[in-house]
Amino acid sequence: MTTTTIDDAPFIEPSTKARRNYLNDEYGVLSWLLTKDHKRIAIMYLFSVTLFFVVGGVLAFLMRLELLTPEGDMFTSDTYNKLFTLHGIVMIFFFLIPAIPAVLGNFLLPIMLGAKDLAFPKLNLLSWYIYMIGGTFGVIVIITGGVDTGWTFYTPFSTQYSNTKVFLTTMGAFITGFSSILTGLNFLVTTHRMRAPGLTWFRLPLFVWSMYATSIVIMLATPVLAITLVLLMVERVLQVGIFDPALGGDPVLYQHMFWFYSHPAVYIMILPGMAVISECVAAFTRKKIFGYKFVAFSSLAIAFLGFLVWAHHMFVAGISVYSAMIFSFLSMLVAVPSAIKVFNWTATMYKASVSWQTPMLYVLGFIGLFTIGGVTGLFLGALGIDVHVHDSYFVVAHFHYIMVGGTIMAYMAGIHYWWPKITGRMYPEWWGRLSALLVFVGFNLTFFPQFLVGYVGMPRRYHAYAPEFQVLNVLSTAGATILAVGYLLPMLYLGWSLKFGRKAGTNPWGAVGLEWATTSPPPKENFHETPVVTWEAYDYPAFLKAMRETQHV
Amino acid sequence: MSDVTLHHGAEHAAEPHGHEHHHPFLQHHFEDMGQQHEASTLGMWFFVAQEILFFGGIFAAYFVYREMYPDAWKAGSHHQNWQIGAANTVVLIGSSLTMALAVWGAQGARRKFTTLMLVLTLILGAVFVGVKGYEYAEHIHEGLFPGASFTYTEATPALTRGVELFMTFYFTMTGLHALHMVIGAGLLLYFIRRAWRGDFGPEYYGPIEIMGLYWHFVDIVWIFLFPLLYLV
Repeated sequence: MTTTTIDDAPFIEPSTKARRNYLNDEYGVLSWLLTKDHKRIAIMYLFSVTLFFVVGGVLAFLMRLELLTPEGDMFTSDTYNKLFTLHGIVMIFFFLIPAIPAVLGNFLLPIMLGAKDLAFPKLNLLSWYIYMIGGTFGVIVIITGGVDTGWTFYTPFSTQYSNTKVFLTTMGAFITGFSSILTGLNFLVTTHRMRAPGLTWFRLPLFVWSMYATSIVIMLATPVLAITLVLLMVERVLQVGIFDPALGGDPVLYQHMFWFYSHPAVYIMILPGMAVISECVAAFTRKKIFGYKFVAFSSLAIAFLGFLVWAHHMFVAGISVYSAMIFSFLSMLVAVPSAIKVFNWTATMYKASVSWQTPMLYVLGFIGLFTIGGVTGLFLGALGIDVHVHDSYFVVAHFHYIMVGGTIMAYMAGIHYWWPKITGRMYPEWWGRLSALLVFVGFNLTFFPQFLVGYVGMPRRYHAYAPEFQVLNVLSTAGATILAVGYLLPMLYLGWSLKFGRKAGTNPWGAVGLEWATTSPPPKENFHETPVVTWEAYDYPAFLKAMRETQHV
Repeated sequence: MSDVTLHHGAEHAAEPHGHEHHHPFLQHHFEDMGQQHEASTLGMWFFVAQEILFFGGIFAAYFVYREMYPDAWKAGSHHQNWQIGAANTVVLIGSSLTMALAVWGAQGARRKFTTLMLVLTLILGAVFVGVKGYEYAEHIHEGLFPGASFTYTEATPALTRGVELFMTFYFTMTGLHALHMVIGAGLLLYFIRRAWRGDFGPEYYGPIEIMGLYWHFVDIVWIFLFPLLYLV
């Protein structure tokens, strides 16, 4: 076992003179808006997705306020419908899907591969503009009156009956899809063609494997959503019956096509989270990830199996019981590669010298919450239980455990872990730990009661509910308040650290990986000279030896 | 574990760095022209893969409704003029030939030949889209455009509705295809200018090659659309 202690880490003292890096290389608004540097584009994405996260969070908080009391006393049911629809659309299409790939992936993937940039820098910039155009549609929808179909746009309500801004919203989702396709395409080609000398596939960090799997899902699933939304818009504009049963269409076909994208989209959201977790576990246990190849291939297995399970969203939509049985079985299979990851991360921590910095606290939160989310996913994949809890708060709790407890926890872990690399400054550790704790407590208090209230029958998507559900709903709203503080704090102290944070050296964590072999923040071309990789993934002694031999700083 | 295994595995590293001079079109983040060429070609293949899924979705929906309304599908395809469609198919295949010749020309730095072939490809593509527009005008004239202006009536209301659905698919599928043609035409204009300027040669013909990949893909989509909408 290649366990090392923290003393072995080459903690290189930060140099005092200002070095040229990607941040101070050029100045001015245009040097950002026209940049082709993947790192600057990542920063632009960071600001954009944070903005949408705040918008989505405010919408969620308004809903939680309404649900404090059983009566629908704060918003009308129509307004409430718009709130949960916009919350879903903003969080999924404009935050969760781009968050980790477009921010952390964009910044790190080329550096981890030892490349100067992504394969297609102009497409990368274009993807940000496309994202912003799609986002503008979303903002226009919010300003001009909202949309009330639910984020799933189920037909025929969305095409024939809803008189809200369905066309603009689907247009926004359609356009944003192309931005993730371009990002995925860029990642795939870069991983295939731009690896540094010596960097074989099995020397790649697990982050890259997971991003690669994510990119495959993005490339193969997103276009199907695009064509589905095209058909939806055609139906809505022409008033023909593609999906409207009254006009001869088939609404279940819409659901098939929608979930053919939107179930894999769950893996577009969680696989990048797993990517971050693998890196952080290796860094804070100071060990090689247990079963590297299993973890690497389990990402591909999740990407593959993710395409075969979509109809488990439709068990009560009138599909045949035999196909439901097959989809149920296949859904159970996804648990296998997911469990491989969880067990291997846990096995990596076994007898390791774990250090308890903020990213690691988020990692532990992720592993626990993702496990709860995954296991309740098995409940929902089982035919009988799904019929019982379908469309209840149990489902709401389940997917928030995956997406908030999983993806956002991982995103927070990643932002903290790579913050010194991105900005060259350390965040304040004590505040980081406090916010990690608040997020964990607040999250569980928000969503665990929803499992209970859903199991006893509270349906989702209503602004009023039976009085006996109030206690659990009050707990949930209280939790949401704590969670909000937990999310606001990092925005404050991370901003503070930009000016006042301790200067970070090249490798503040003593971690393994090419991103820790270049300066913080990295120079514009990522490395002063092209790195040559001579070590296996997460091989601490070999990496540290190579660093000692090559570092001139 | 930490044996020094230099230049092992990464494809581009295996190739010797033959030309030390920097080609004017080598982008700074690539090691050499070979890596740049491979990256752009692979990128276009991945792009084509996502295009297949894009069109695949609407083909799947097409087949679902074809199974549901076989009579309407049959009646609908009888409103297509297969002679025009077949002639247009020949035009499109011709444009694929000129496109392939343009790639050959670019590889050999045959400046005038390449430009001529690209111009021919553009003309043939424009003819295709023009004929398509003529067909659309005919359908609209017959009241076959779905929606409020759909005034065509078949024997029974159910059949009429089915034909309207067929025509919805017809217009959406061929419309998306035509949109791809128009985008391709815009790219051709750009490459005609570059080819005339003499940008391409044995070391740098990748852009023309991936333009060709795109163009051939759009043609192949039509090869599937034509029988599904006109013949069966």
